[in-house]
Amino acid sequence: MFDLDKWQEILTTIKKNKLRTFLTGFSVAWGIFMLIILLGSGKGLENGFENEFRGAAKNSLWIWTGRTSIAHNGMNPGRPVRFTNDDYENLKNNIDQREYISGRFNIRWGNQVTYKNEVHSFGIRNVHPEYEFIEALTITDGRYINQLDLDNFRKVTVISTLVRDMLFRDDADKALGEYILVNGIPFKVVGFFEDESQNNNNMRLIYVPISTAQMVFSGGNRLHEISMTIHANTLEEAQRAEENIRNRLAAVHNFNPDDRRALGTWNSFENYMQMQSLFKGIRLFIWIIGIGTIIAGIVGVSNIMVIVVKERTREIGVRKALGATPFSVVSLILFESVLITTFAGYIGLVFGVGLLEIISGIDAPFFSNPSADFRLAVSATLLLIFAGALAGFVPAQRAARIKPIEALRDE
Amino acid sequence: MITLQNIHKSYKMGLNSLHVLKGINLEIEKGELVSIMGSSGSGKSTLLNILGILDNYDEGEYRLDGKVIAGLSETKAALMRNEYIGFVFQSFNLISFKNALENVALPLYYKKISRKKRNKIAMEYLEKVGLMDWAEHMPNELSGGQKQRVAIARSLIANPKVIFADEPTGALDSVTSFEVMAILRDINKEGITVIIVTHEDDISRMTKRVVKLKDGNIEADFAPKPLNNFALNGSGTYLRDKDDILLNIET
Repeated sequence: MFDLDKWQEILTTIKKNKLRTFLTGFSVAWGIFMLIILLGSGKGLENGFENEFRGAAKNSLWIWTGRTSIAHNGMNPGRPVRFTNDDYENLKNNIDQREYISGRFNIRWGNQVTYKNEVHSFGIRNVHPEYEFIEALTITDGRYINQLDLDNFRKVTVISTLVRDMLFRDDADKALGEYILVNGIPFKVVGFFEDESQNNNNMRLIYVPISTAQMVFSGGNRLHEISMTIHANTLEEAQRAEENIRNRLAAVHNFNPDDRRALGTWNSFENYMQMQSLFKGIRLFIWIIGIGTIIAGIVGVSNIMVIVVKERTREIGVRKALGATPFSVVSLILFESVLITTFAGYIGLVFGVGLLEIISGIDAPFFSNPSADFRLAVSATLLLIFAGALAGFVPAQRAARIKPIEALRDE
Repeated sequence: MITLQNIHKSYKMGLNSLHVLKGINLEIEKGELVSIMGSSGSGKSTLLNILGILDNYDEGEYRLDGKVIAGLSETKAALMRNEYIGFVFQSFNLISFKNALENVALPLYYKKISRKKRNKIAMEYLEKVGLMDWAEHMPNELSGGQKQRVAIARSLIANPKVIFADEPTGALDSVTSFEVMAILRDINKEGITVIIVTHEDDISRMTKRVVKLKDGNIEADFAPKPLNNFALNGSGTYLRDKDDILLNIET
């Protein structure tokens, strides 16, 4: 039941003690303001990191070879390990958790790429068709490399929009279907891609079918890297898949499965999970600090309310003599406390969200779009009401225990 | 209306126990006008607290309007006070940030009567004590006598069966004292039991029965020599004639 009289009584007392109410409310408003700013900044940091990760699938696994460092089956350490197309087929056919898979055949950086009079130096990546999904590329026009390209050793290439603009300049819109020279060999442009990763090097690239590259750039059946995405819901699953791959390749290439230098891996899922738990930690930390600040505010309110009860002892005694039940006395104090905290806290909330709105345009590396979402505002509001009730609880109990005789004693 | 049988009350003061009431037997009929007298420490305030259900007692039996008052929860006690009892205090105990009307209406708030209705009733009671024009004034804008009249109106508004007045004239000069006593006598004439705690002989002599307490016992219970032949002239000063005051209140 909405009790207008009760609220009127409370408002009267608050009006009579403006400064006291303001100072009390300020500590709460400040606490909430800080909490919102902290949480918003945490969100910004999280968004920033998320952006850095955007360039590759979050469940990708990258594998490359090196030299053995542990003697194994009678063979000395220092032996180089090399991937071939067979390893690609092996993993493609035998790893259950595999989603997309691609090999990579590298040739040295700084290849001359020419169109008419424009000569530039770009990287060349020679891959399988599924690489598109592993690197999370966006195809803006045309298509990516497909299986037919591989089967027929087609001399086709997919170039980035950056490369297109640099090579074709004003003719960029006519670039699709044109031939460019890669180290003097003509390749047909079949598509354009964009890589959202903030690393500019990923845009100074052209993609070529791996079979074509191995033939044209005399690579035989050699692979330098294999990358794939895996189905994994937990870190353990991802690690199990990685272990599985390691054991399989160790058997083929005859090295110790524990030899980390023979076979290098980078599991983005692992990194992603680590980052997630890092942010969980940061969030927790922020809540702890924020709640600490709010507790300081609550203690302030509580303190003031104790004094209020003390000052109003006589009045409460009179009320009780006139028939006020303990419950009505408790609710009088409790509601006042809740009203002050909620109102002041709401002001802090508005200022905090307002400030976040102002700085929400920020998009720096590792910090972007700090914001407080609706859920946060709701939980903060609930927290406030709870805090107010908590702050008023002890004083209200005290008020309820006031004995009219003692309160009314004439002294 | 009120029956006390062998009431005992003691207060614990650390290790010692202070025996304040030592077996009080008292019967007060409906419509009586009684004063309780006694020096300080005689137990009169304690007795009033017990009668007013502000405090409980250790032994004996207290019946108010036929109901045994014992072992009530605070909430129950509050409801009983609201229903049966009106209080008038020496220091008025008006709520300072409420105006006269709101103060009078307060007991009805705890009876859960709507604001509009209780303000209307409160106005009637203010009229009864002659303060209708002061309804909107805050307590600090009223004189002592006016404050006490507001307090009396407040004690009456919930239609109580008994009015307890604890030194109602203690903070007033004699002229206003007599005015307040006149109002209490009027209330009594309407059939409400009025019990006044006082240490002033003049005041007790305006009641119909005096109960004298001494050291926790009733020392005497008698009808006082009435103080009837005293007068209050128009300018508000009163004339004293040897030991009696002349007051021309209508009898």
